[in-house]
Amino acid sequence: MSMAFTTERIAAAADPMVPRVARLRRRRRDLNDVWTLVLEMEDGSDLEFAAGQFNMLTAFGVGEVPISISGDPAKAGGGLVHTIRDVGFVSGALARLAPGEAVGVRGPFGVGWPVAEAQGCDVVILAGGLGLAPLRPVIYSLLANRRRYGKVALLYGARGPGEILFRSELEQWRRLLDIELHVTVDHAEGDWHGSVGVVTALLPKADFDPDNTLAMVCGPEIMMRFGVGALRDAGVSGSAIYLSMERSMKCAIGLCGHCQLGPAFVCRDGPVFRHDRLGSLLSAKEI
Amino acid sequence: MEGLERIVREHPFFAGLKEEFCELISGCAKNVRFEAGQYLFHEGQTADQFYLLRSGHVALQMSQPERTFTVQTVGEDEIVGASWLVPPYRWGFDAKALELTRAIAMDAVCLRGKCEGDHDLGYEMMKRFMPVMIQRLQATRLQILDVYGVHN
Ligand SMILES: Cc1cc2nc3c(=O)[nH]c(=O)nc-3n(C[C@H](O)[C@H](O)[C@H](O)COP(=O)(O)OP(=O)(O)OC[C@H]3O[C@@H](n4cnc5c(N)ncnc54)[C@H](O)[C@@H]3O)c2cc1C
Ligand code: FES
Repeated sequence: MSMAFTTERIAAAADPMVPRVARLRRRRRDLNDVWTLVLEMEDGSDLEFAAGQFNMLTAFGVGEVPISISGDPAKAGGGLVHTIRDVGFVSGALARLAPGEAVGVRGPFGVGWPVAEAQGCDVVILAGGLGLAPLRPVIYSLLANRRRYGKVALLYGARGPGEILFRSELEQWRRLLDIELHVTVDHAEGDWHGSVGVVTALLPKADFDPDNTLAMVCGPEIMMRFGVGALRDAGVSGSAIYLSMERSMKCAIGLCGHCQLGPAFVCRDGPVFRHDRLGSLLSAKEI
Repeated sequence: MEGLERIVREHPFFAGLKEEFCELISGCAKNVRFEAGQYLFHEGQTADQFYLLRSGHVALQMSQPERTFTVQTVGEDEIVGASWLVPPYRWGFDAKALELTRAIAMDAVCLRGKCEGDHDLGYEMMKRFMPVMIQRLQATRLQILDVYGVHN
């Protein structure tokens, strides 16, 4: 009996369509509608992942959604970390989970950020809003292996001073002397003394060699389009710009076609794509 | 005066400007500094100068009782003010130094006179101001779109 059970579990674990059970260890409110959840696999295993990959998370009885992993890829035992904005049924149900409650996890899926390819290059990270979450694993990796990279610039844009994600961590990174960090907000009131303006306006402030730079861009699609434009204007080639795309998903393993983006499936060939390979798909209204 | 001409010539906004034009416009320039919290100008006032920032940061703001909104901040190497270019030559916002800010103030009446007197200079000025205006318009559009809002 116990033997059959174990075999079943192994078979289930190997089936990418069957969610594994995890439990909420703790959650932290980052912003009004954004929560970071730390999950623990019920069987005690660690889920290895690459920066930029995502999991399909199930709120049982509600539904399943793709969510990027926002934790440190090198931190075994640290739990599986996701940062979720409550925008609807499933994300809302996940954000409201109580410690100890069960969550279904399928993944990790997809192609992540080119952290290894960036070695030896200057790195520009251009993030907007919640787009900082899928990029946080990259920042952890760069900082853990700082000597392998050239100059590192993190440029972050948020809606307002009260909507700056991971603020205490940003403040911590700003104190490091070997990473350049600029933050801007779209609108500000009162006592905000920082920068106000669009995130692309931060680019001229950053020090990097465009001929030897790899850029990673994540945020709302319009922001990414303008971000790519500004990087190109600064002399960074399309083959050195990567972005993370979002499309609604079902299977997450390249079977159903829900996430199709031109000839590619975002779940399998992305979510991180090289800009020159996306071509006009980035600005297409409907695909 | 020579020092001022050098500063004007070396400011990125005037990069590549012909020597004779540099000389002409330097006659309209003066060095200014603003302490943190000091205003460069206020909404509704006559736009009789514009500023080439050399250091520091300036917030462009609009206020109503008990609320002040910052719509943009500008810093080193950037310019503050375009209302001096077009009638009715009136500022549409407040400009407040967020920290000690050094700038070159250009006398608008003087500069407009020189641009009228030499349309080549006027065209040069327009070619330099238009890209900044377009960039700021584009940025404003993105800000209005509220791309980081929940439904984007
Ligand atoms: C690869 C990938 C990675 C993702 N990573 C994250 C992540 O790290 N954190 C996170 O919070 N979300 C992430 N998302 C988005 C997330 O999957 C959606 O927000 C989620 O599917 C919404 O489902 P729902 O049932 O909660 O909302 P629904 O009930 O389906 O939608 C409710 C409302 O939210 C809007 N909405 C739906 N999707 C989005 C969206 N992506 N952004 C803004 N509004 C939306 C809908 O238009 C609708 O108005 C990712 C998506 C992809 C494809
Ligand atoms: S979600 Fe099914 S193919 Fe991508």
